[in-house]
Amino acid sequence: MNQILVKIRDLHFSRGERKIFDGLSLDIPRSGITAIMGPSGTGKTTLLKLIAGQLRPEQGSIEVDGENVHRLKTRELFELRKRMGMLFQTGALLTDLSVFENVAYPLREHTRLDEAMLRHLVLLKLNAVGLRGAAQLMPSQLSGGMARRVALARAIALDPMMIMYDEPFTGQDPISMGVLVSLIKELNDALDICSIVVSHDVPETLSIANQVHIISAGRLVESGTPEQLGNSQSEWTHQFIHGDADGPVPFHYPAKPLLEDLFQAGRA
Amino acid sequence: MIDRLANLGATTLAAFERLGRASVFLLVVLASCTSLLRRPSLLVKQLYSVGVQTLIIVIVAGLFVGMVMALQSYYGLVDFGAEDSVGVMVVLSLLRELGPVVTALLFAGRAGSALTAEIGLMKATEQLSGMEMMAVNPMQRVMAPRFLAGVISMPLLATIFSAVGVLGAYLVAVQMLGLDYGPFWSQPQAKVDLYDDLYNGIIKSLVFGVVAAWIAVFEGYDCVPTSEGLGQATTRTVVYSSLAVLFLDFILTALMFSK
Repeated sequence: MNQILVKIRDLHFSRGERKIFDGLSLDIPRSGITAIMGPSGTGKTTLLKLIAGQLRPEQGSIEVDGENVHRLKTRELFELRKRMGMLFQTGALLTDLSVFENVAYPLREHTRLDEAMLRHLVLLKLNAVGLRGAAQLMPSQLSGGMARRVALARAIALDPMMIMYDEPFTGQDPISMGVLVSLIKELNDALDICSIVVSHDVPETLSIANQVHIISAGRLVESGTPEQLGNSQSEWTHQFIHGDADGPVPFHYPAKPLLEDLFQAGRA
Repeated sequence: MIDRLANLGATTLAAFERLGRASVFLLVVLASCTSLLRRPSLLVKQLYSVGVQTLIIVIVAGLFVGMVMALQSYYGLVDFGAEDSVGVMVVLSLLRELGPVVTALLFAGRAGSALTAEIGLMKATEQLSGMEMMAVNPMQRVMAPRFLAGVISMPLLATIFSAVGVLGAYLVAVQMLGLDYGPFWSQPQAKVDLYDDLYNGIIKSLVFGVVAAWIAVFEGYDCVPTSEGLGQATTRTVVYSSLAVLFLDFILTALMFSK
């Protein structure tokens, strides 16, 4: 079997005037955790939506499991998506259904399991994320971290070949963050699937990733294992990994000289 | 000057582009409605929240509109000794115009705005994207049942509005003003035509139902997923639906009742 699950070639994508991807190419292996990192606004979430076929690129191709995502018909794309799980930043739980029904939702939609079997499966998935006891709660009663764990249980309901995590650590307290970090690792190892983590939380992501790709300004800046990137000679990578305030990515947004600006304001 | 012209052009183009998107959206929703045959429970749930929950406001409004109509037509007709015609006047006005139109306006305000807000919020919280990622088509699961529920509810609500309105008129004309109940009921019985008046009124409300539900669902689906965008979309639903209903009412009336 081909060891590459996601193959991105010469990807171009813009939002309005703004170029998000400008010839991005990268490969994501079939197993292990691949992290895609970069500063806010580099289009990491957009990349996941492109991989999932929710957005169309202007140029270039994305293959998932040997199929060109953007050449598929709607029905074929939906078949492919049954083998993909995605964890949204907000969790994206259906607010009118309980936790149990949220996890049961993809199973009810795509399988014909009887109620007893379905209950077993849902409780097992919820147990895996530690929220079996919360099965009867509504999404509005959950904290942000719990909502993400429920969404994770839902994402693994159909036993996908890959899970995409969109900023899983953003806005979490240290405990939920720790829980999510170890959950992503454990699930990846136990299910032996492909996990794609999009994030800019450097230490958490580096602690679990097998392979890291750093993107900026629409291009791949550097790839490697967390150790390799930690020892990177690139000033840019160094600034990003260590979170320096100034460096190749300037502290100041491009502007005309301060004096000129002040002078103009005084005249106006 | 050139700038203004360019702006006008851009605005016009954007409006037509949006109309095109809305038309494609309507076609997709219509095609998705067939999936409800396999999932009737989704439709029943929406019939409850779109139709049944709008019932109270329709009944109350219908009652008062009927009562006011009876009072006003009584004051106008009594000078000519024609107060016996209050019944037929109220019934015809309700069936032909007020029933479908006022119900559609109430529907846009009560159910339409709620539909837009609900769908818009689902979009903003990524629930629609989430469904797509679970290989579930939101057109079939979210849009189609809401649209169809609106289309089915509207004629029923308009009929109930008219019926309650006639009842309100009866209370005022016969019970309060002491008119004879014989002509109040017999004149409408003789004058109201099943096809010309009742059916045409129902056809009107069906058309209004399609338009109001279409606008409400599309505005929600097409909204900018921020709190500001959602507010604007909800406002647009009410404004566009109301204007569309009033405009279409004129067209339909001209077509239906021209002699």
